[in-house]
Amino acid sequence: MMRIPRDAILPALFALVLALGVLLPLLMMVTISLNPNEQDIMVSMGSVRSFIPHAISLQNYIEVWTDPVHPFGRYLANTAFITFSTLLLSILFNSMAAFVLAQGTLPIRKPVMILILATLAVPGESLVLPQLMMAGWLGQVDTYQVQIVPGVANAMSIFLFYQFFARLPKELIEAARIDGFSFFQIYRHVAMPLSKPVISAIAVLQFLEIWNAYLWPVMVTRGPEFRPLSVAMSAYFGTNQAAWGNIMAFAVSMAVPVVLFFLILQRQFIASVMSSGVKG
Amino acid sequence: MRIRTKGQGQELAMLLPALIFITALIVVPFLLSVWFSFTDQRLVPRPIPTKIIGTTNYERMFADPLFWQAIGNTVLFALIVTPVQLAMSLGAALVLNSAIPFRGFFRSVAILPLLLPMTVIVSIWAVLFRIPSGPFNAIYQWFAGSGNYVDFLGNPSTAMLAIVALSAWATFPYQMLIYLAGLQDIPQDLYEAARLDGAKSWQRFRYITWPGLRNVNIFLLIITTVGALKLFTQVDILTKGGPNGATTTIIHYLFKQGYATQKIGYASAVAVFFFLAVTAIALLQRRVLKNEGEA
Repeated sequence: MMRIPRDAILPALFALVLALGVLLPLLMMVTISLNPNEQDIMVSMGSVRSFIPHAISLQNYIEVWTDPVHPFGRYLANTAFITFSTLLLSILFNSMAAFVLAQGTLPIRKPVMILILATLAVPGESLVLPQLMMAGWLGQVDTYQVQIVPGVANAMSIFLFYQFFARLPKELIEAARIDGFSFFQIYRHVAMPLSKPVISAIAVLQFLEIWNAYLWPVMVTRGPEFRPLSVAMSAYFGTNQAAWGNIMAFAVSMAVPVVLFFLILQRQFIASVMSSGVKG
Repeated sequence: MRIRTKGQGQELAMLLPALIFITALIVVPFLLSVWFSFTDQRLVPRPIPTKIIGTTNYERMFADPLFWQAIGNTVLFALIVTPVQLAMSLGAALVLNSAIPFRGFFRSVAILPLLLPMTVIVSIWAVLFRIPSGPFNAIYQWFAGSGNYVDFLGNPSTAMLAIVALSAWATFPYQMLIYLAGLQDIPQDLYEAARLDGAKSWQRFRYITWPGLRNVNIFLLIITTVGALKLFTQVDILTKGGPNGATTTIIHYLFKQGYATQKIGYASAVAVFFFLAVTAIALLQRRVLKNEGEA
């Protein structure tokens, strides 16, 4: 037995309550998803049995993964493609711009910086309708690009990169310049390799934001072809209200890849949320 | 001079992509939305051209009882969820910052809700709230006797509270992680000195921890409130704004008017109002809290 110091007993009890509060609903999701008998799910819902896996079958999962009306694989691929494309473009373009703003000589840097700080105040939710109109004018509704491009315009990402690049030692930049590096080469070979912590912080936060996005994809997708998981999940939930086993299998299939991914990257994940908060 | 010009050309090439994205996807839509709010713009083009109608949209908006209900609901949600969520996350952070066994495991468990897509969380909670015999109703029946149940989501007086509970559970780990960072910034020797002086744990919290978290509290109060004002996903999937408009929020109202009913001009007035309200609240909070700290 592990000995618990006396003043850690109360916190340890609270930690246990906290863990149960988080885990019990998740356990219920898994238990229901493994139960192929819809009747039994209904009966056990109000009892402890809904938290203890008592029937173990992958039938619900097979049904969800092979449903021709809701192609799960397609949704997953859509979400993954949209998320990674947005992240890649966002990190590339925003870091380049931030490097110019922090270390460049262009005279328009100041007005651009003011513009970027000003756009930080605009909530994305208040922009979705004009963005939808613009997508319509350009004939881009229900495509991948309409879901990727708006995420690339990210003033917060520029701001976080800017703060990091502005603090790079002057001597370092000077030394690279004397060695004959061009401005882009300094960015590419000096600044970027040093900014791994910022890149991972921004990547993690934006990853969750895009992977879980709902309002914008609801408006710009029409059918399964370009639809992401979050919208598909809500549509599935809306049309299969009686099939709890299947809904929970859908939910588990959607949650597990992300949860595993972040638990593996746990240290970086926690660090990035913390740094984003402190820098605000 | 030649080299410098070449360098600046490179700088411009590096700055432009992001600048174009920001302009085309934030600045232009923002200006469009202000413009639309003074017109009768529709989502789908009509034979009759769009015309400027002055402040009619704003007048209609302020005269619509559902708009005021949406504001009331949003404010109510923010006023309840913000303290609940901050208290939950501070409590969790204090517990997970103390010397408990399996601390790493508990921390991993506590961040799980943050990793789950909101759509998944909503479906789990739909089961928890189920009538007549979901888990919450099973607990209720212990006290109220079998056969009794509460229609948490279908009853106007409990629907918003149900969404508060779900939302606090869904995102408290974010605030918790920021509180953890804040706790680690408080110098440990302050606690040791207080312990030597015989300060009880409550006194250590009151005189060291709480003042030490001042900036974190200001930051979290602002982002939690602003986040609460954007409530949409949970409402859209679970209640569609009902029952009787009891969970209609500003964003849900905007979405319905602009997307479902296609009245872009009218919904743009709502968007402009939303932007002004969010900015005003954030500035006001910052100002009040900063002044209070200096006094």
